[in-house]
Amino acid sequence: MGSQFAVSTALSGRDFATFPDYPAEIRAPAGTTFGVSAYQINLGGGPITTAGDAPDVLVAFNPAALKVSLPMLRPGALIILNNDSFTPRSLAKAGYEEDPRDGDALDPFQLVTADISHLNLEAVRSFGLSKSESGRSKNFWALGLLLWMFGRELDPVEAWIRRRLAKEPTLRDANVAALHAGHAFGETAELAAALPQISTETARMAPGEYRSITGAEALALGIAAAGELAERAVLFCSYPITPSSPLLHRLTRLQELGVGTFQAEDEIAAICAAIGASYGGMIGVTSSSGPGIALKTEAMGLAVSAELPLLIVNWQRGGPSTGLPTKTEQSDLYQAVYGRNADTPLPVLAAGSSGECFDMAVEGVRIALRHMTPVILLVDGYLSNASEPWLIPIFESLAPIESHAPPDVSGGPSAQMRAWERDPASLGRPWITPGMPGLVHRTGGLEKDYATGHISYDPDNHQRMTEFRQAKVDSVANFIPDQAVELGDDSGEIVVVGWGSTYGPIYQAARRTGASFVHLRHINPLPPNLRELLGRFDKVLVPEMNNGQLATLLRDKLCIAPVSFCKVSGLPFRISELVSRIETERKGDAA
Amino acid sequence: MSDKLTAKDFATSQEVRWCPGCGDYAILKAVTTALADVGAKPESTVFVSGIGCASRFPYYVETYGFHTIHGRAPAVATGLKLANPELDVWVVTGDGDGLSIGGNHLLHTLRRNVSLKILLFNNEIYGLTKGQYSPTSRAGTVSPSSPAGSVDAPVSPGQFALGSGAKFFARAIDTDKAGLGEVLRQAHAFDGTAFTEIFQNCIVYNEDVFAAFTGREDAANTQLHLSNGKPMLFGDDNSKGIRFNAQTFALEVIDANESPGDVLVHDETNAVVARLLTDLQLPVALGVIYRQSAEPYERAFYAHHPTRMTRTKSVAEFIRGPNSWTVT
Repeated sequence: MGSQFAVSTALSGRDFATFPDYPAEIRAPAGTTFGVSAYQINLGGGPITTAGDAPDVLVAFNPAALKVSLPMLRPGALIILNNDSFTPRSLAKAGYEEDPRDGDALDPFQLVTADISHLNLEAVRSFGLSKSESGRSKNFWALGLLLWMFGRELDPVEAWIRRRLAKEPTLRDANVAALHAGHAFGETAELAAALPQISTETARMAPGEYRSITGAEALALGIAAAGELAERAVLFCSYPITPSSPLLHRLTRLQELGVGTFQAEDEIAAICAAIGASYGGMIGVTSSSGPGIALKTEAMGLAVSAELPLLIVNWQRGGPSTGLPTKTEQSDLYQAVYGRNADTPLPVLAAGSSGECFDMAVEGVRIALRHMTPVILLVDGYLSNASEPWLIPIFESLAPIESHAPPDVSGGPSAQMRAWERDPASLGRPWITPGMPGLVHRTGGLEKDYATGHISYDPDNHQRMTEFRQAKVDSVANFIPDQAVELGDDSGEIVVVGWGSTYGPIYQAARRTGASFVHLRHINPLPPNLRELLGRFDKVLVPEMNNGQLATLLRDKLCIAPVSFCKVSGLPFRISELVSRIETERKGDAA
Repeated sequence: MSDKLTAKDFATSQEVRWCPGCGDYAILKAVTTALADVGAKPESTVFVSGIGCASRFPYYVETYGFHTIHGRAPAVATGLKLANPELDVWVVTGDGDGLSIGGNHLLHTLRRNVSLKILLFNNEIYGLTKGQYSPTSRAGTVSPSSPAGSVDAPVSPGQFALGSGAKFFARAIDTDKAGLGEVLRQAHAFDGTAFTEIFQNCIVYNEDVFAAFTGREDAANTQLHLSNGKPMLFGDDNSKGIRFNAQTFALEVIDANESPGDVLVHDETNAVVARLLTDLQLPVALGVIYRQSAEPYERAFYAHHPTRMTRTKSVAEFIRGPNSWTVT
């Protein structure tokens, strides 16, 4: 009923249409409900008068619609703007002194802009409709776009149009064409959406100052924060790819924080330029998604070999190959931990929510500088645009990020040797950068002598260097906190172990079933007490959005036998399916 | 004057491992000499290389050096130059490293005009991997991977560079001490990407491939040494000259004594003539073929950065975002 009402409203060309019962594909942040909430779509040419809930999606066909409706939206809502209507005249008419697309008023929202009028007219041109009929079909163009963004089927809407307009075949076909054109635009432009969810935890939120934040915003701020904490400039080098690009866009707006962005010619150049920046004394950062990370692999080996710091962000999406660019997954864990030629270990972290991207960016750079190593940060792709309430950290309370100072150049061994005098605890070498007098040395990807850094093909040296590189990554575990249980007892029948964005549904399922919950942020190396902690449970259940990769890692590193619960539909876990699986596992024990 | 460094001061303790007789030795000597000539400081000079025989170069120069991965040296060097524009950054590459696996990075570095001194050692063969034909090998090159002769048309480094938007293109022969030295000094002085192709003789896998114009005995007739503002003369007693034929749109050799007024005067900023000079077969054009001043990328990068890459605000000022609320 709701859907038909909405479609008919759209057809009639009224100012707005409401789709009250169109369930979104929900990817909820921490502590949220799943698959139960609905969203509204307002197609507005005039003021929205719907009372009640704040809309999650606004399609504003002109500046006036935006201006009137904006105050009703909650942070994180999706706004689709028709660029064609943002003319100086209509902006003035709406009372905008400057184009709202240029300011920061839209920062709290996910913004998608498209030349909707123009694109729609092109789509229906061949049908010979009147100007007003053509213009009205843009409602279906926008609806087609939304259906793509929320992964909904086109067929029911199309069937409805066909029934409704059976007697007006030209209008029918034009509207169907507009619907498909909007859908195709979304696919071609790789647009995806993630709506904020009402947190069921609201009542229990800790006191403090909150803001709404997306993963891309939090990660951008985290990268800038790491630079400030380390008192270094940051050079972010990347090549556009879905869903990593929002981070690049965000960072271009944080330049006063000592951040520069370099859009490279390809993924390989992006990581290589970041390595060059780190070699030159800035904090080099690169970001991509699985296919791009694959291309960067060889260069990661160079950074490992040359013992240079680097942060590599992977916004994970569905694969293999190009796969599902707009769908989320957790299937690059093997790639991050194991996916390089030769014995090339590096630390791997994972962010559990949009807000946590901030913490993990700081942690990633901290590890990179302390151990002089590249670090991979895994983020589930959809967190890029997913917004959540975030308890704003007190920036001043964050510990400075230390790096290993260059050695005193007076006396002692040659410069070539001093470059490799490593800190005994972290095994990080001094961060010597070109321009420093008295420390001139050569480095590179050929195996180096442990002490002098000169090229070495010596068998014993390679053995030693291989062991040293592993020991260095292992030593990260000595600097990270012990793993704690997120929820529940620290021993018992069953513990659910998760990583990444499954935090929310696992948290809720564990709460409902009384199972214990362990959430991993350090993937490689794992926290030092993890084996002992998990050993206190009869059963370890590992739900993840891949085909069992964390379970493999736990088997490999901890010699335990977890039970895998895998889901690779591009959709997150529902609480109910987790609850039911936990209960099944318990019954299995009882039987 | 006593503290002025000499070519010897730029040599490292490392044993040079190129094949005896390799053209790389002459280039190494010319580079260390040029570094001393221009008063380079070891601590602010960096050699970045990729993979291949040529790319061993940084290990043998007493400056900072980074031997990176195959084809990627221009990308690493770009990041380095952005991190510290004060550095004097040289990139050493070869025909395989620069024009095959790393062609994309070379293209984009040239179009951006990052201030890197790129030396491409062209020996028209893959040396380190034992003699396969390379992207600059002439069609018909017999090699372990092309026993019946290669069928690929070769790429011209100069045409590639000019087509990519290079603002400086020069050429020299490995053993031509004076010509190479001059080109290196000019490259060093250039503000932007200075791309230099060096004809380098691989004595093991492609010996004498450039013999048609590198032999000293007939150099006067086979080499055209360009100098900006000077007529394009060569041959014994400069008896020959280069003329532009407006009918064929090509360069041709004329008797300079007969029609001296027809001899072209080298104008480094003329991109059209630069392309014609690049393709000239005999004589082969050497020296600075093209030079056009333009804003270097790193300078534009800093100029367009609102705070010139310095931190003028704290994250503390940004962390709240436009809308925050308090839970009590």
